[in-house]
Amino acid sequence: MSGHTVPADISGHMLDLDEDDDLEVFSKNTSLADEGPMPNSPGSMVNQYRLEDDEEEQQDANTKDIFVTVDNPESQITALETFIMYRVVTKTTRSEFDSSEYEVRRRYQDFLWLRSKLEENNPTIIVHPLPEKFVMKGMVERFNDDFIETRRKALHHFLNRISEHPILSYSQYLKVFLTAQELAPHKKQGPSFLSRMGETMRAVANSVRGLRNRLDEFTVMQEYAEDFSNKICSIDKVTQRIIKEQREYLDELKQYSPTYFQWAESEEELAEPLRGVGSCVERCSKETEEQVQHLSEVLVPALHEYVLCADTLKAVMRRRDNIQAEFEVKNEALASRRNEEEMLQEEVDDLADRMEEANNALRGDWSRWKNIMRTDLKSAFVSTAERNKEYYEKCLAVWESFLVSQRGESIEQRDEEHAS
Amino acid sequence: MSAEDGKESVASHDGSDRTEPDESLNSPVKQLQVLEEVSNLLRRMEICVAEVERRSGKNAVSMQETFTVYLIETRSMDAVAEGRNPPPDSLWRRYSEFELLRNYLIVLYPYIVMPPLPEKRAEFVWHKLSADNMDPDFVERRRVGLENFLLRVASHPVLSNDKILYHFLTKEHGWKEMVYETEFQAKADSRLRALNATFRVRSPNKHLMEMKHYSDELQSHTSQLLRSRTRVADRLYAVYKVHGNYGRVFSEWSAIEKEMGDGLQSAGHHMDAYAASIDDILEEEEHYADQLKEYLFYAEALRAVCRKHELSQFELEVTSQDLVSKKQQREELATGIVRTFSFKGMTNKIFGQEAPEQREARLNLLEELIAEGEEAVKDKTAECEEYVERAWADVLHFKEQKDKDLQEALINYAHMQISMCKKGIQIWSNARDCFLKM
Repeated sequence: MSGHTVPADISGHMLDLDEDDDLEVFSKNTSLADEGPMPNSPGSMVNQYRLEDDEEEQQDANTKDIFVTVDNPESQITALETFIMYRVVTKTTRSEFDSSEYEVRRRYQDFLWLRSKLEENNPTIIVHPLPEKFVMKGMVERFNDDFIETRRKALHHFLNRISEHPILSYSQYLKVFLTAQELAPHKKQGPSFLSRMGETMRAVANSVRGLRNRLDEFTVMQEYAEDFSNKICSIDKVTQRIIKEQREYLDELKQYSPTYFQWAESEEELAEPLRGVGSCVERCSKETEEQVQHLSEVLVPALHEYVLCADTLKAVMRRRDNIQAEFEVKNEALASRRNEEEMLQEEVDDLADRMEEANNALRGDWSRWKNIMRTDLKSAFVSTAERNKEYYEKCLAVWESFLVSQRGESIEQRDEEHAS
Repeated sequence: MSAEDGKESVASHDGSDRTEPDESLNSPVKQLQVLEEVSNLLRRMEICVAEVERRSGKNAVSMQETFTVYLIETRSMDAVAEGRNPPPDSLWRRYSEFELLRNYLIVLYPYIVMPPLPEKRAEFVWHKLSADNMDPDFVERRRVGLENFLLRVASHPVLSNDKILYHFLTKEHGWKEMVYETEFQAKADSRLRALNATFRVRSPNKHLMEMKHYSDELQSHTSQLLRSRTRVADRLYAVYKVHGNYGRVFSEWSAIEKEMGDGLQSAGHHMDAYAASIDDILEEEEHYADQLKEYLFYAEALRAVCRKHELSQFELEVTSQDLVSKKQQREELATGIVRTFSFKGMTNKIFGQEAPEQREARLNLLEELIAEGEEAVKDKTAECEEYVERAWADVLHFKEQKDKDLQEALINYAHMQISMCKKGIQIWSNARDCFLKM
């Protein structure tokens, strides 16, 4: 890539890419918002598309030709270990698949293998994260039902994200994962342990060396990855804290309502309104319990997913930097060594192509990822806000019905007084 | 005129010039006049504790101290008919003067379930609310409590007629001296000592004993409720305040986003509003807590009335027993038959009987004592019966008031919860709309 300079105004370039790469997902219904002079910052440009959630879902429904589900966790006991196997069912109309339906059993390790293969072969694609290996906090038993169900959902989500990805869904590794009855033989292929070690060491050396000419656009992305990671981690922490406080509030509420009932026992006239208030508090505490449940089931997993995504983003940026570094090293060597020029030139050209490919892949995937992130988190927050509103609406109804019952009582009392 | 009416008329807002009563209370006619005027005036006098101020001064041991004074305003409601609206009369009182008034009334009217004063020190405090007596919110709630106390006392069918009460409301200087001159303190101290001693009553009034048991229950239940409510408030405060962090992080996050920026930023503002809303919500709930606290303290007053009956009844039983034993002694002396062991009897046996003149003298003395004893028993019995009658009347009055007040308090609590829910609905609704713009 010697002598090739990146044009200062890359707006035209960006637009083309977006249209091409994203055609599968965002097709004809997409209207490009024409907002006059295009801003130069790549960050702003990749966020041009404004899509309604519904539209996007429809897109997927119309163009989706592969459907994957993960279910039916079963524990497998061997002499050496115990683990969970999940059933993976695939339904597809794609021609590259021999059959239209497949059913295989996979374990967590297999998913890890798939993901590492996808990352290896698409170093600058943002591959959706897998649920974590262990859950350190809370010391959840590996075979606890809740844990298994949470993991199953996450694995299902993972496979769906992969199979929806315009590039990843055509990966041969995915195909093998979804179709092969036995995965073990396929796992043995691929770069050896030693060569992978070599790669890692080169990566470390390159990062120490530093890049010579990183484009602004990638610096911006890297900074974004850092910032986003901080913010999403903060929000995750805040949400966990809210749940903790809500649970403690719930505990106190459970002690609070009985005080009304106990008091009612030694009262006559007051017994009924006291019991009324006591039961209102009881019902509200049930509503609180359900609201906390919703938080745990909707917002927490969504945030957690993006905490992991943030790490992926950072890794992607590092890998991209690494690819550029490898090119630069060779390029510099070429410049200083006259003798082996021809062979080196070839290597350098290959590395230059590799770098260009990686950069383009990243650019395309970046905007796609950002849109999905926006949609996912928007939906999680909207759902949470809506549920919180519902919570207050339900509690409101509880207290209002108490007031109605009291008004009824006092009207009766007044009538009695007038009659006597 | 029922207590309810008295309370209402005292609370409404009308005013006119109050004719200054003649301060010379010497002639009986004048006294009666004043009493009548007093009873009329208090039932048609508007009373409020309008303001609070901090003062500095030297106390009894000449040390500099800061204290709080409360402005009591009074206005006669005769002006309604006359259409005038003059400014109210007013004077300043310290909390200790309110205490003095209450202690005086307790001694003078032991059979009344005495309206309580607001607490001296903040109790059942949840952590954010300052436990400091100087905290403005606490002082404000105390002002309300003192006003409430005055209104209750001034509308009470018996208490409202009290002279000392009237002067408390109208005579700024020299009131304390007037109270001390009644020498109620001595009576108070001796009663207090007797009450605190343990004694066993054989046949106390059944109804009053049931009331004593009830007062214990009331005290226990209200304090449990108050304690629990405090803990709930503490937790709820934490939940709301943590949401404030969303506001901060959303704001920071919006700075690095283009499309999501606006939605996040405005949602963040609503999260801040949500976090801030809990302060007012919990401050309002303190009023509910105050209403319950009043009856927590009322429970003590109710118990005191029952205890005083027990003491009265005990004293009657002691006096009766004394009379019985004196009569027995007389019988022994008269017939010579010793029924019970007595030192005199023993010495008689050992040293021989006494001379008939001596016996005669002793018999006469006994007769006198017995006559006195019978008077005493009669008086004590009447006193006891009167006490029971008056106490029971006030207990019934108290019961009715308690049921009405507490039901109202519970309804107010429901209103507070409803208002809190409405705020919640609004904020999350707005937040949701902001998130939709993301």
